[in-house]
Amino acid sequence: MRIVVVSAGLSVPSSTRLLGDRLAAAVGRHSGAAVEFEVVELRDLAVEIAHHLTNGFPGRKLGAAIDAVTSADGLIVVTPVFSASYSGLFKSFFDVIEKDALAGMPVLIAATGGTARHSLVLDHALRPLFAYLRAVVVPTGVYAASEDWGAQGLDGRIEQAAGELVGMMAGRAARRTAEPEVVPFAERLAALSGSSGA
Amino acid sequence: MQFGIFSVGDVTPDPTTGRTPTERDRIKAMVAIALKAEEVGLDVFATGEHHNPPFVPSSPTTMLGYIAARTERLVLSTSTTLITTNDPVKIAEDFAMLQHLADGRVDLMMGRGNTGPVYPWFGQDIRQGINLAVENYALLHRLWREDVVDWEGKFRTPLQGFTSTPRPLDGVPPFVWHGSIRSPEIAEQAAYYGDGFFHNNIFWPADHTKRMVELYRSRYAHYGHGTAEQAIVGLGGQVFMRKNSQDAVREFRPYFDNAPVYGHGPSLEDFTEQTPLTVGSPQQVIEKTLAFRDYAGDYQRQLFLMDHAGLPLKTVLEQLDLLGEEVVPVLRKEFANGRPAEVPEAPTHASLLAAKEVTVA
Repeated sequence: MRIVVVSAGLSVPSSTRLLGDRLAAAVGRHSGAAVEFEVVELRDLAVEIAHHLTNGFPGRKLGAAIDAVTSADGLIVVTPVFSASYSGLFKSFFDVIEKDALAGMPVLIAATGGTARHSLVLDHALRPLFAYLRAVVVPTGVYAASEDWGAQGLDGRIEQAAGELVGMMAGRAARRTAEPEVVPFAERLAALSGSSGA
Repeated sequence: MQFGIFSVGDVTPDPTTGRTPTERDRIKAMVAIALKAEEVGLDVFATGEHHNPPFVPSSPTTMLGYIAARTERLVLSTSTTLITTNDPVKIAEDFAMLQHLADGRVDLMMGRGNTGPVYPWFGQDIRQGINLAVENYALLHRLWREDVVDWEGKFRTPLQGFTSTPRPLDGVPPFVWHGSIRSPEIAEQAAYYGDGFFHNNIFWPADHTKRMVELYRSRYAHYGHGTAEQAIVGLGGQVFMRKNSQDAVREFRPYFDNAPVYGHGPSLEDFTEQTPLTVGSPQQVIEKTLAFRDYAGDYQRQLFLMDHAGLPLKTVLEQLDLLGEEVVPVLRKEFANGRPAEVPEAPTHASLLAAKEVTVA
């Protein structure tokens, strides 16, 4: 099992990354089997993501990150809340991933913010994004406001979401590989031209 | 192996002078570039097709017919002909006419086009892009091979008792390449018909090009047209040269930094490292181009993009002198070196006619 944590935190150290790490640790505890974790820090890929948007192809580091994400068995994605939504960097990273590459992927969504008033960002921004990508999002999203780091309750939500991700991954067959499938040409032609006699 | 140039036909301001050529300037420049290609010993000139500014070549066979009248050897081609939004009947007619006028020095490359609004402007739906390419080409293929065609499909009005005229020269349809950057369906289409596959790799890393060419080659063999090594492959390239590589970099950098396609993005150095773009000495161009064979196998056609990003005509003509005098003769020799005898050359009218006569006899 390989899980990739995607963190869109910008500061170092970052509470977004911290939340990602705590979620990963909880998933490790819940999983019976050995789990391998990889962290993708979008901050380090910001320039390559911008270049990909203008050029149409990824640089080397970004290409490796996209491969890691699309071939994972599950994702933990964490973004800071910017202007009432996920950050532009977070969205841009998922914009440069092929539309079908995350289909069926178990995803745990999480976000951080300065105030708890933005916690619905999980359900009005992140959940629809991953629904569009046809990923499978665990029921519990985890939101951490600044005050949550000094209060009770965050741990329980982390444990709840981690348990759900592990359960979802256990219930799924290994994800398909991303190799393009070729539809034999005669089938494609026949589907179009039943009466053309070609 | 064939060497040539392909042009997008963009009207782009020269970033070093701020001057923008008129459409007439640009069209005449494309003709001058094509004539120069023949003069310096290149084999192919291909023009793009576009239906929106800032591009001029909306009418490729008109331009190629004019160039045909002023050249003797040059093969005239396209990069690409829009098989999605052009009527396949008109493509059949236009290119057969060009074939007669040019004494067979004609082939063409099919492409879908990536400018969204062109589809609705020509009454089509971009979501049907692959299906349009499949159906329209199937009809074009028949129009060139059957004297009388009855046909009905999804996208075009039916044909009853239709004969496309003029018939292809000597009964030999123009050779067709299918160009695609990222659609395996098009590699599959090219393989199915035994046509050529052109991967315009100029903005793409080598590993992507390798996967697409390998797919085409394996499917070409699957359909029994020959071995995978015998499939007909073309590649793009993009170069700017001066005798000293530092001079090339210094002169080209403002054009790179402001180019409509990759300008204001990655550095020239990053881009040249990851894509086929070479800015340097003729020797560097030779080395980089020869390395294409390492991931694409022995191939048949190499086209270079030379006239873009607002480069002035005079500079482009100097580039063509360097290409024809210092680069291509070495590439011809080196690519021939170690090339297995069973790997064919790119089909031409003469070779297709000879093959047809053997079949008939």
